[in-house]
Parts: sequence; C-alpha cells; structure tokens
Amino acid sequence: MVLFCSFFNSTIGRKVLMAVTGLVLVLFVMGHMLGNLQIFLGAEVINAYAYKLHHVLPTPALWGIRLFLLLCVGVHVWMAVLLTLASRRARPAGYAVKRVVQATYAARTMRMSGIILLAFIFFHLAHFTTRSVPGMEYNDERVLSPNEVSLVKHGQAVMKDGEKVTTFNVHDMMVAGFENGLVSAFYILATGLLCLHLVHGVSSMFQTLGLRNATWLPRLNYIARFYGWAVFLGFAIIPIAVLTGVLEKDPTGGETQAIETSATH
Amino acid sequence: MKLNLRIWRQKSPLDKGRFEEYALDNVSEDSSFLEMLDLLCEQLVAEGKEALAFDHDCREGICGMCALTINGIPHGPEKQTTTCQLHMRHFKDGETITVEPWRAKPLPVIKDLVVDRSPFDRIIQSGGFISARTGSAVDANAVPIPKQTADTAMDAAACIGCGACVAACPNASAMLFTAAKVSHMNNLPQGEVEKDRRTLAMVTTMDGEGFGGCTNVGECEAVCPKGISLDMIAQLNRDYTSAQVKNFFEPVS
Repeated sequence: MVLFCSFFNSTIGRKVLMAVTGLVLVLFVMGHMLGNLQIFLGAEVINAYAYKLHHVLPTPALWGIRLFLLLCVGVHVWMAVLLTLASRRARPAGYAVKRVVQATYAARTMRMSGIILLAFIFFHLAHFTTRSVPGMEYNDERVLSPNEVSLVKHGQAVMKDGEKVTTFNVHDMMVAGFENGLVSAFYILATGLLCLHLVHGVSSMFQTLGLRNATWLPRLNYIARFYGWAVFLGFAIIPIAVLTGVLEKDPTGGETQAIETSATH
Repeated sequence: MKLNLRIWRQKSPLDKGRFEEYALDNVSEDSSFLEMLDLLCEQLVAEGKEALAFDHDCREGICGMCALTINGIPHGPEKQTTTCQLHMRHFKDGETITVEPWRAKPLPVIKDLVVDRSPFDRIIQSGGFISARTGSAVDANAVPIPKQTADTAMDAAACIGCGACVAACPNASAMLFTAAKVSHMNNLPQGEVEKDRRTLAMVTTMDGEGFGGCTNVGECEAVCPKGISLDMIAQLNRDYTSAQVKNFFEPVS
C-alpha cells in the first residue's frame, strides 16, 4: 500500500484521480439530465421516475450510491485543491506581461467554474434533495400543496392493498423551484459553467489517462464540446420552460386525466 | 529601428529585482533579438553601466540556452522559434518591448535574465539514459526500428531543454520537458528495457523539484520552439500510470 501511496502523492496520480472521479460525475450528470427531461412527458412520468429511483434499490444501496457520488465530488475537489496549491507554490512571482497563446477560455477557468459549481451542488442538494432552503421547504404542505400525489401508471393510479400508492410530487416541486427567478438564474448560470467545465474536462480526462493520440485529440475535443452543450441545453431548458409558462404545476400528479379516460370506457 | 526596452534587472538571486527602461536606436530589422541585446550591452558599457546578463550559446536555435519571455510569451511572438532566431522585423518601430526571465520557483533567477535550469539536469540524471557498456554498443542500424517509431522518438528528442514550457505553463509544470525526454527513450527498443524504472524516477524527480501539475491547457506546446506536442504528455501519463500499477504488484527495480 505504501508503494501505491507514491502514485497518489505524484502530480500525475492526483490528476488520474481527478480524471476517474470526473468520469463518474460526467456520466452521472448525463443520467441526471435525461431523468430531468422526463418532466416534459407529464407529471405522472417524472413522479413515477422519482418513485422508482427511491424504491427499485433497497435504501442502503441508494445511500451507497449517494455516498459514492459525494465521495467522487470530495476526491475531485480535494485533488484540485492540492494541485492548485502546488501550482501556486511553483510560481510565487508572476509575469509583468503575460499573453495567452492557445489555451482555451474553458481550460483557463476550470478552477473558477469548479468553485462556483461546488457552491451550486451544495445549494442544489439543500434545495431539491434535503428540501431545507428557507422558504423552499417542499416537504411542508404549506409550501408545496399537495406534496404527495398518486403514483400513476398507464393512466391509472397504482393500487396496493386496496389503497392508492402515493409518491412525492416531484413535478410540482421542480416547477415551484424554478418559478423563483433567482433560483432559475443561478441554475442556468451553474449549468452554463458546467458546460464550460465539461468542454475542457471531458477531453482532458482522456489526456490525463493517456488514452488518446493525435488522431483522437480533435475527435475528443469535438465530443467534449458536444457533451458540454448537450448537458447545458438539457438542463437549462427546464427552468426556461417554467419561466415561459410551458411547464405548469399539475396538482393532480397526472391522475385527473386518467380518471376521465377510465370513466369514458 | 528605434525601441523602448523594459528589461528585468536583478543583481543576484537574493536581490528583489526591478524593471529598467532603456531607449535603443539604430537597430537593424535584420538583427536577431540577441544581437539587439548585444547592442544594448555595448551602449550600457559605453555609458559606464553594468552590461545585461542573458543566456545564449549557439545562436542557431539548437542549444536551448536562450530563454527570454518577450512581451509575455516565452521566446516571443513567432511560432517554433527560439529567441536567438527571432528577428527584429517582427517588431514595430518605436515599440516598447518587455523582457523578463522565466518565472518558476524551481528555476530561480541567477542574474538579470539568467535562470538556473539545473532541475532539468537532475530530471535527466534520474533516468534520461540507457544502460549500455561503453565501447560495446552495437551498430545503430543493427536494431531494426519501424519508421513511425523512429519518427515519434525523433520528434521527442527534438527537445532542447530551454524551459519555455515551464515558463508558459500557468502551473509552472515541467511535464512537457519530462514527457519529451521520457517518450524519446521509452519508444525506442534500446530504452524500452528500463521504461518503467525510468518513468517512475523522472516523474518523482520532477515532482520533487517543485514544479506544478499539468492542467492540459496546452500553452507549453504553443510556445515550444521545437513543436513538442501534448501527445508526449499523454504518453507520459500512460507510461507513468502503467509503471505504477506494475510497481504495485511487483516492485520495479
């Protein structure tokens, strides 16, 4: 183990840790985006998706995944801090004149975008996961009503032991969250910075792991740009849809339509 | 040409250092940047002042001694050009030119524009060689090497160790230099035998000298007078990681 420690104490080893944890987070972010986009398929779809996320796996496994993701964020940030401090130490006196030759804006601002993203992650978890941001405690009936709706499948409420299965009203929580202009603005800004972070990060990951050559560099740069923009548009379209009134609250959780449909039969 | 020069002057490593401004007239557009500095030195000596200290040797772009940050870019504005091969025609008449030494803690200023690049020597000493008995080396052409491999090794071997990569890097990282030296040897059959040991030793020495880490921004590649590419750094990352993994299971000697 002592031998392997030398790897994680080296600049390259630390970068490899950043690349690997970055890969986990890059893949998570795409899954998260695709999950979120289900809001456009109706309240019943996104609510059922949220229900599945919480019930398909046993609770300890869910917590395992959550802690693993947080660990990845932690290691990514920790390594970034160590490397940044080492870089600062390596150049105590700067230049009077410094010109950038070819470094992209995204590459030069990774630390800035990273710090703001970290702040966003804290806010985002407090906002939608623990729901404990003052004035936005969606677990409280007085803030979000109703906060429990029926789980709807194929247009009908899912029944279990003769009772309707209820689930948290994720659809309305998202709409309520984004109806706040400041929250939406921060959300769009953060996803914009995420785009910037990914445009450099996604191809940089392959460079750090040494998994690229001259032929693949331009392709990876293209993939990184595409990935970054796809993530930005996929996330930012939701607050935009809420602010423009395309998405509205659905207090029935998509059930009304289901009852009407079944009544006509 | 008439020039206003803003040049870093520092008496010794302990001196704080400061910029001093000089006016220089009658500079030929065809003179090199170093010849222009020679003129300045003559002028300073004639005025009874101390001449400017700057590194130079071959003046034909192959030794890697010249090392000046000119208007914020190591080796100045021209691509793949050392300071000695940079000509004054690339500057405007009456222009103010700022000249600074490389800025990195591991490469401290000795005097004026001269920096101590001995950390590079120590990186080379730790693994930039192949082990062969003197006098018993086989003929170079006795070992067949594919053209592509030879070309890659030659591209890496083009590094002259000037240190512009460190100077341009926002992290003062010596990854491009180390990567060039490692790739040069690791790609060839003569050097492949000691690949893992070499890679581990050279990276450890590099880190130990206090250089920063690589953030893949590519400024080193952009200023390198020999056009060493980031591909070399990708290979160093790959070779180092695989050497560490092998070392974990069976210590590399």
